[in-house]
Amino acid sequence: MAAMFSQNPLMNGPNYSVNDAPRIGAPEGAREHRFDPYTDNGGSTLAIAGADFAIMAGDTRLTSGYSINSRFHPKLFKIGGTTADQEDATIVLSVVGFAADGEALKERLDAICKMYRYRHGKPMSVKACAQRLSTILYGKRFFPYYAYAILAGLDEEGKGAVYSYDPVGSYEREQCRAGGAAASLIMPFLDNQVNFKNQYIPNSGEGHALVERERRPLTRREVEVLVKDAFDGAVERHIEVGDGLQMMIITKSGIEEVLLPLKKD
Amino acid sequence: MFRNNYDNDSVTFSPQGRIFQVEYAAEAVKQGSVVVGIASKTHVVLVAIKRNAEELSSYQKKLFPIDEHVGIAIAGLTSDARVLSNFMKQQCLGHRLTYGRSMPVRTLVDMIGSKAQINTQHYGKRPYGVGLLVAGVDDHGPHLFEFQPSGMTEEMVAFAIGARSQMARTYLEKHLDKFAECDREELIRHGLRALKESLVQDRELTVDNTSVGIAGAADKAGKVEPFKVYDGQEVAAWIESVADDKEAAPAGGSGEGETMEVDP
Amino acid sequence: MDHRPQAWGRPRDDVYGPYDASYLHTSMPKTATQSPIVTGTSVIAIKFKDGVVMAADNLASYGSLARFTDVKRLRPFLSTSVVGFGGDVSDMQFLDRHLTELAIDEAYEAEGCSAGDVSSSPSSTSSSDSSPNKNGQLNASNLHKYLTKLMYRRRNSFDPLWNQILVAGFDSASQPFLASVDLRGTAFTSPSLATGYGAMLAQPIMRKYAATEEDAARLTREEAVKVVRECMKVLFYRDARSLDRFSLAVVTKDGVEISEDEVLEEQSWAFAERIRGYGTQTV
Repeated sequence: MAAMFSQNPLMNGPNYSVNDAPRIGAPEGAREHRFDPYTDNGGSTLAIAGADFAIMAGDTRLTSGYSINSRFHPKLFKIGGTTADQEDATIVLSVVGFAADGEALKERLDAICKMYRYRHGKPMSVKACAQRLSTILYGKRFFPYYAYAILAGLDEEGKGAVYSYDPVGSYEREQCRAGGAAASLIMPFLDNQVNFKNQYIPNSGEGHALVERERRPLTRREVEVLVKDAFDGAVERHIEVGDGLQMMIITKSGIEEVLLPLKKD
Repeated sequence: MFRNNYDNDSVTFSPQGRIFQVEYAAEAVKQGSVVVGIASKTHVVLVAIKRNAEELSSYQKKLFPIDEHVGIAIAGLTSDARVLSNFMKQQCLGHRLTYGRSMPVRTLVDMIGSKAQINTQHYGKRPYGVGLLVAGVDDHGPHLFEFQPSGMTEEMVAFAIGARSQMARTYLEKHLDKFAECDREELIRHGLRALKESLVQDRELTVDNTSVGIAGAADKAGKVEPFKVYDGQEVAAWIESVADDKEAAPAGGSGEGETMEVDP
Repeated sequence: MDHRPQAWGRPRDDVYGPYDASYLHTSMPKTATQSPIVTGTSVIAIKFKDGVVMAADNLASYGSLARFTDVKRLRPFLSTSVVGFGGDVSDMQFLDRHLTELAIDEAYEAEGCSAGDVSSSPSSTSSSDSSPNKNGQLNASNLHKYLTKLMYRRRNSFDPLWNQILVAGFDSASQPFLASVDLRGTAFTSPSLATGYGAMLAQPIMRKYAATEEDAARLTREEAVKVVRECMKVLFYRDARSLDRFSLAVVTKDGVEISEDEVLEEQSWAFAERIRGYGTQTV
């Protein structure tokens, strides 16, 4: 179980669900075989917050083992709209990991947002929704939702907000986050391209004492290209990622959805 | 002094076969301000008069959205209505969660019917002191249901409950044949006219005391108009449109030959 | 990957090490919950332009024993949808009873709606529409959602129904609908679907004909049936727990047609002669 929830690349390599992670502790022959309620359905997600927008993206492949179950199984969900088609929603949730848990998590959060709207007569803020999602996840601390969730929306000031979670509800607000199978491939790329990590101005100092490149908020166009590049890279190197790219761009005028093709091999 | 020995609880019949507590509960409905509901082939509307206890207080809400396809109008004890409203909301959410569809309106109404009936057959329980008009749309089109504290539910073409609602019902009966073919706007105007019938002499419909709720069945594109409550300035135009109605005016041309509009 | 139902839901060998089957040989009483006993193999289905074709063979195996050879694994629901079961047969029968009950309740409800209509009531505006959803009864997508919730609830209580299920019919927009749900409540849709060994052997063949929804929307009924028959033949050749007698269901807007005594025709075992490397023969 520990290996399953670990995102540590040292243990899991590039995080295949089919891996040969070293098994620690269990003495040979003392294994207990019961129903295993979890599987990893692969796939990857990614969210980036901009100055006045947030972008959420995820591939649409659903795998189990080496099989592709579906080439179009969205991982991104609009949350908290008035109606079932979520036309007026302002928050996006992405879930990756065990698809059934992800689906259950999404439906629970959406039901809670709908009850909130019914009771208070106004939509839930991203901040409140983010806190609530953490509580939901922690509520199943001892039989966790095996899902890496990311929540995106616009905060009270209209700035892009991205909240990322672990399966048991630990969360933080971030500028960007990659989740799922190819998280370990995408995240370093984002560190470099969004937060300009390890980017220095040439000849700005002696030896290694160089001046860091100044951070600036990325434009929507830049981020869209970044997302596409990140996924093209992940598709190339990870077998569980591919088929389609689903992107949701959250702005003050609503949520725009974009579907792009990815390699299907 | 006459004392009724058969109204101490809701489980005892009177020798005449009546259950007084249930009948008293029905009286509570008549204490509430009037609400009117009408269904056409495409829409169902609820209109209501809101009361304020005094000049300084706000107006008591009369219309409540339940789910995207259902709303209710209440007459009677607001707090009892809230219990029923919460219950209906939960059931609709639950149904949507398990089946991925909106709950059929009749199924929903049957549920509150059974729930209310239990209160009339158990010692120590009290019937709900509220009547409801349940308006909703489903795969069978628009529906209007009446709900009474006794647990009785019935589908209606048009109905009114609450104080002085008989006047509104008389209006509705008079125009009964027109409702089926009415478009959205005509239906609202009929509702407001019925409401006006029930007003006491010097009262009028204002943007403060009038609520309108409407839901539309799936149009040709399969799009449902979700139940929405309109209050305040949103209802100004409608009130205006029925303001100086001549009593005998033939109700706005009655809609024949006009194209049906889904949006205002 | 091991696609036998016995392997479903088990800790994966490649993650947890080889499977320890010793517990199977104790004299302890076992229940269907712990492991499937009598099992059905693959179910396959493909969408076409006016509906869905589904097939499953009529065999229920007891381990490697071909135990029952006339088991119906495709079941109609409200004559608008078809449910195909792979995996444990007793759990299938439980689900079948449950779905029958659900269908009866639904039919009563629909009855109540039409009988209770006020004469001039606005109801029944769209009931003249012949599409299967407009009667207000559960369509295939509603049914699939329900089954997903049921399976997920059972997995949450560690008492799973050991099945993988395909649901075929129409969705709320009256488009052909095909979806799957397994013993963990994982649900997904695709233009073609297959359970068990079918996922390895039949799915690649079906994807040649219906890789996308657009491709599926161009397939005719005849083409779809032909593909499915072809796949059933491949499965019979390669899946040791399969049978040459199978059920074939076609769901269209006109309803459900299930024929339960189809026979695989034009079998050719010539390829078997050329297979080397298994059994006792040497080169």
